[in-house]
Amino acid sequence: MSILIDKKTRVVVQGITGGEGTFHTQRMQEYGTKVVAGVTPGKGGSTHLGVPVYNTVSEAVQKEGANASAIFVPSFFAADAIMEAADAGIEVVVCITEGIPTFDMIKVKSFLKGKSCSLIGPNTPGIISPGKCKIGIMPGHIHTPGRIGIISRSGTLTYEAVDQVTKLGFGQSTAIGIGGDPIVGLKFIDLLKLFKKDKGTDAVILIGEIGGTAEEEAAAYIKEEFPKPVVSFIAGQTAPPGRRMGHAGAIIAGGKGTAKEKMEALEAAGVYVAKSPAEIGLKVKESLSKK
Amino acid sequence: MKIHEYQAKQILAQYGVQIPRGEVTDTASKVREIYEKIGPRVVLKAQIHAGGRGKGGGIKLANNAQEAEQIAQKMIGMTLITHQTGPEGKVVKRLLVEEALDIAKELYLGIVIDRAREAPVVMASPEGGVEIEKVAAESPQLIFKEYINPATGFLSFQARKLAFKLGLEGETHKQGVKFITSLYKAFEGTDASLAEINPLLVTKQGNVLALDAKMNFDDNALPRHPNIQAMRDLDEEAPLEVEASKYNLNYIKLDGKVGCMVNGAGLAMATMDIIKYYGGMPANFLDVGGGVSEEAVKNAFKILVSDKDVKAALINIFGGIVRCDLVASGIVKAAKELKLSVPMVVRLEGTNVELGKKILEESGLTFYSAQTMKEAAEKVVPLAK
Repeated sequence: MSILIDKKTRVVVQGITGGEGTFHTQRMQEYGTKVVAGVTPGKGGSTHLGVPVYNTVSEAVQKEGANASAIFVPSFFAADAIMEAADAGIEVVVCITEGIPTFDMIKVKSFLKGKSCSLIGPNTPGIISPGKCKIGIMPGHIHTPGRIGIISRSGTLTYEAVDQVTKLGFGQSTAIGIGGDPIVGLKFIDLLKLFKKDKGTDAVILIGEIGGTAEEEAAAYIKEEFPKPVVSFIAGQTAPPGRRMGHAGAIIAGGKGTAKEKMEALEAAGVYVAKSPAEIGLKVKESLSKK
Repeated sequence: MKIHEYQAKQILAQYGVQIPRGEVTDTASKVREIYEKIGPRVVLKAQIHAGGRGKGGGIKLANNAQEAEQIAQKMIGMTLITHQTGPEGKVVKRLLVEEALDIAKELYLGIVIDRAREAPVVMASPEGGVEIEKVAAESPQLIFKEYINPATGFLSFQARKLAFKLGLEGETHKQGVKFITSLYKAFEGTDASLAEINPLLVTKQGNVLALDAKMNFDDNALPRHPNIQAMRDLDEEAPLEVEASKYNLNYIKLDGKVGCMVNGAGLAMATMDIIKYYGGMPANFLDVGGGVSEEAVKNAFKILVSDKDVKAALINIFGGIVRCDLVASGIVKAAKELKLSVPMVVRLEGTNVELGKKILEESGLTFYSAQTMKEAAEKVVPLAK
């Protein structure tokens, strides 16, 4: 089993004719993802990488039955692209684009209220259900089908976690990057709720980092309502306050959002917290053996 | 991005926020001229990005032109040390010379983005002139907040409410409402991440003005505000960080001896963490980007070796889609070109990893290879001692 996407998911790629769009659409196709259409305004009617290109997302929905979207458009146009996808009735929107202004995302989140659209990202590697579907830029081959769910604010650190659990003989049900920006679509809690219901997931890895309070909110939810084992690592234990650590959202502001606070909140919620990033896989093993 | 107080005030004035009369200068002799315009009492304020300037001797009152000029002579070029500059302090290059006002009340006004609520929040407090974090910890009931609905924007009643909470009345209340409304316009109009007026001044005459002003901006939005981008002061940033930003590398200088070069921000932070976990201290944060281009690797090495504190380096690349053999060739080429001498532990993972390791081994350079992050950290920490 998996959450949000599976073998039947029909993907439209927004910005398919651009460099990044082209490269990663090919990787998604190689992985077996059903890419059914592309959208590039002004290039409607053409074909790219063997799929029809449309001017608008709603045409891709009507004509090809697209129900998920991958966004590779430049940062100043990405917010509009997300809202276009949501307006066209796309259920899962994965926005890879990095560098979207915060005010644009505030507008997007307000627009999405009341719509049945799940936004993943922006500034995310995407989502993958190994062996079924990959929407994003992560290396497909390091993943294995299995029963561990992964939710992360990071890219390559997620690959590291995937690699560790794979080497220990565990596969993944679904791995999702929620994005490194201060304001993102689905958050830890939204995805934990989905993993709770997913019979194909036995345990969840939650990879957080400094900045904001999403991990603390997740800890409160886990404590009250999440029955499966959770393993966590928080990046940025050595990060200086007031500095933006690569990700726009990774900043300790006014003394708030430190790794220490987050780790303590998660530990208090019964989460297996890895102090070293090399122990994520081992903690998963430990959490499952105690079940 | 951060800017100076005088720059923030220039921006705010454009949006109709009331500020004291004043001028900025980098020459002491010009202070007399400014004094003639705005005297009889002036305040000289050192323009550095760090807070806590008053306590450090960076804000002084002058009662006549001669005194003002004397203070300016001492202040320009001095190294100002505050709790935010670090022990090395900051050299003062410019002064803001402002009219001194008769203070009746010092209030607080600030706007930030509330990440949990996903909306801007305007905060006001009658407890001005002290750090808002301190007020939040000691008397949170004295901080009043209004969240902005993105669909409607900042509403008039919200501004009125806050102005009443600040204890403003009559004509002063009207001025307060205009001030708060204008500040929000400036915040939104410039894609700011912080606009803080502390203290917000009420004069004995009942006027409302920004005595201090601090603005930070959303880096992602800067390209659409070239006028603000132009306000960046490279003197306020660490030289290596300025250099790294030219190459579009995310680099932050830290205190340790183990240099790091990593692809991806999360993994870069995790690499710093694991160095500490095994008893070392990271010398920097350095993200070469997920794609790890040869150019980025070379530039990253340049930055790494310019830091004389670096005694050993850890290169941690999780290749994924990127091929490890290409990364390895890039590392070898850059190391040879730059004649690197610090010992380097390389941890590669991803496509063609074996080929990548072979390239490193056969390069004739001293690379220590590691399979895992743990092994890499265990190897690099002793090398840096």
